[in-house]
Amino acid sequence: MKVQLFVTCLVDAFAPDAGRAVVHLLEDHGLTVEFPFDQTCCGQPAFNVGHRDEARAMAAHTVKVLDETEGSIIIPSGSCAVMMIEHYGDLLSDQPELVAAGERVAGRVREFTQFLVDDLGLDGLDRVSSESVVFHPSCHGLRGLGLDGYGERVLDASGIERCELGGADECCGFGGLFSVEMPEVSTAIMNTKLDNIEASGARTLAGYDLSCLMHLAGGLRRRGSPMQVSHIAELIVADRDGDRVP
Amino acid sequence: MRSPLETFVERAAGEVNTPKTRAVDAGARLLTVKRLQSMTEYPEMDSMRDRAREIRLHTLAHLDTYLEQFADSVGAVGGRVFFAGDAAEANQYIRQVAEDVSAQLIVKSKSMVTEEIELNSSIEADGRSVVETDLGEFIIQLSEDRPSHIVAPVLHKTRQEIGALFERELGVAYTEDPVELNQIARGHLRSLFLRADMGISGVNFGVASTGSICLVTNEGNGRLVTTAPRVHVAVMGMERVVPTPGDLGVMLEVLARSATGQRLTAYTNIVTGPRRKDDPDGPEELHVVILDNGRPDVLGSSTAEILACIRCGACLNVCPVYREVGGHAYGDVYSGPIGAVLSPSLFGLAGREQLPYASTLCGACVDVCPVRIEIPDLLVALRERAANESEAFGWLGPAMSAYEFAATRPRAWRAGLSTGSLLGRAVRGGWVGRLPGPGSAWTSSRDFPAPADQSFHAWWRRNHGT
Repeated sequence: MKVQLFVTCLVDAFAPDAGRAVVHLLEDHGLTVEFPFDQTCCGQPAFNVGHRDEARAMAAHTVKVLDETEGSIIIPSGSCAVMMIEHYGDLLSDQPELVAAGERVAGRVREFTQFLVDDLGLDGLDRVSSESVVFHPSCHGLRGLGLDGYGERVLDASGIERCELGGADECCGFGGLFSVEMPEVSTAIMNTKLDNIEASGARTLAGYDLSCLMHLAGGLRRRGSPMQVSHIAELIVADRDGDRVP
Repeated sequence: MRSPLETFVERAAGEVNTPKTRAVDAGARLLTVKRLQSMTEYPEMDSMRDRAREIRLHTLAHLDTYLEQFADSVGAVGGRVFFAGDAAEANQYIRQVAEDVSAQLIVKSKSMVTEEIELNSSIEADGRSVVETDLGEFIIQLSEDRPSHIVAPVLHKTRQEIGALFERELGVAYTEDPVELNQIARGHLRSLFLRADMGISGVNFGVASTGSICLVTNEGNGRLVTTAPRVHVAVMGMERVVPTPGDLGVMLEVLARSATGQRLTAYTNIVTGPRRKDDPDGPEELHVVILDNGRPDVLGSSTAEILACIRCGACLNVCPVYREVGGHAYGDVYSGPIGAVLSPSLFGLAGREQLPYASTLCGACVDVCPVRIEIPDLLVALRERAANESEAFGWLGPAMSAYEFAATRPRAWRAGLSTGSLLGRAVRGGWVGRLPGPGSAWTSSRDFPAPADQSFHAWWRRNHGT
């Protein structure tokens, strides 16, 4: 069975390891993974700051690229998945030729942990790290997709030691471009989250949204924390030969 | 009394990590916990919220009809209705009522809509005294402060501050015991209630079919304000009407639980007209001032849904931004997520361009809203308006245009990724401590990751081809 990977702009540029882990896991489950090569960004950054025209152009491009393919569209990001599911219909409503395509695409979208728990099942996960992990459920997946407990179940199924996170359902303060529009507020919210993360006692922080993780990892480094930060896929699928740049 | 600082970002930067906003955070979290506790004993809440939303949206869709019916009903039970187009008209009418009855002392119960029209300063300009009788508002008035929360006006003040304020302004011995502080305020206010010639209240809900106005309070001061003086003036935002007493019942089921975690507030006052012939007491006159002040324009706009708000404050309590910056940073009487939508909608975006951006769009507000207002969607709608009218952040426009250019041209996109990887290889240790331009806002508190040596696109091409 074919599935499509929409890797997201942040994973593409900053965390390709996470994308590779997703590919390996899907292939281990016997799926044929395709990567529509002309994919770029779902348009969420522009949409969230009110630049609707730019967001519409990106949505149209993404829909055209993905609608030519078949199978579930796996996205290692809750917020990009929500962008397609919740907002593409409205965004493309004035382009009649794309409305149906947008709906078809949105209907095929699955966030990575969602696909794992709801469609694939949790057998055969690797346990990559011997260190304890704390999971941050990002808001868009948590509230927009109803992924409460998904990441935690995935980690538990892999046998990783997991620490509980206080205030887990609270925002980390990233908020997309909010993080640079209002850095003082973003940082204040982040510090509450980082206090909770550090208090969990875990050695590694995991999540399903690279965006929040970049913000939190940057904050942890600035604090001098030795904590590692990973997309959840990297913790349940071991790297393979040929993954790294020679 | 607006802050001299012009933008939300400036005001917010001054408020974060201060004792004041730490008090706000603690108070907001406490109210959040109380709300959650009240939900556990009320499994009907979800379905009741659906009904509350239906009632509010239905009423807004037929607002003209219900307002007319409400005005007729108020008239039929002996009250007088005045439709005020704006703040000035409302204030002028109320000043005239005060003049007609020669009011010297006016007592008020808590009302955000009278804060909206800055009624107190307007009344005081005529040489009359107006005294806030809600404990929180009394403290605000005494300290010449502004409310920082639509339900709990002094959420930003500590007990110690209030004790010192009472000692200084009321000449009492210092105490920080909440019960004693409450008794001091009561003792001070009781004689004023009896001397007052006029009482002014807000309106939580107006009932169209009966002409009743409903007021919810926890201190009983609302009951005194609406019954002891000779004249009662009730000021109501025009959206606060509900069709029937049954609908009012639904709203009351969700309001107090959402606001304070109570099943009902300690006092639920339903006033239907002034004193009748055989009534032993009550005001001789009842005036209901219905305020427009831009609401019909909102009703016809992309943020119309915000008028369904019943002012419970639950969205403030859960909002990560509100918890960090408090209510004053928003610059208007309405703060938090609801304020970030309502203030620009009602009063215009000019000078408030940044307010719609004062949110991470985390959605916590939607989870708790008793009428399920999609606040993040409304914030994005306002951001669209800001992007078209006056950009809140100058770099957003050029940045989004450039980004869109690359994101709709796959070759340009991949060239950008390759350039990023080249730059990334030049960064030692994989992290950047200092970025220029808007990026400096990121690196003010966070390191920024260098792009990966090899993008996912590049890895895929190497291993799978295109």
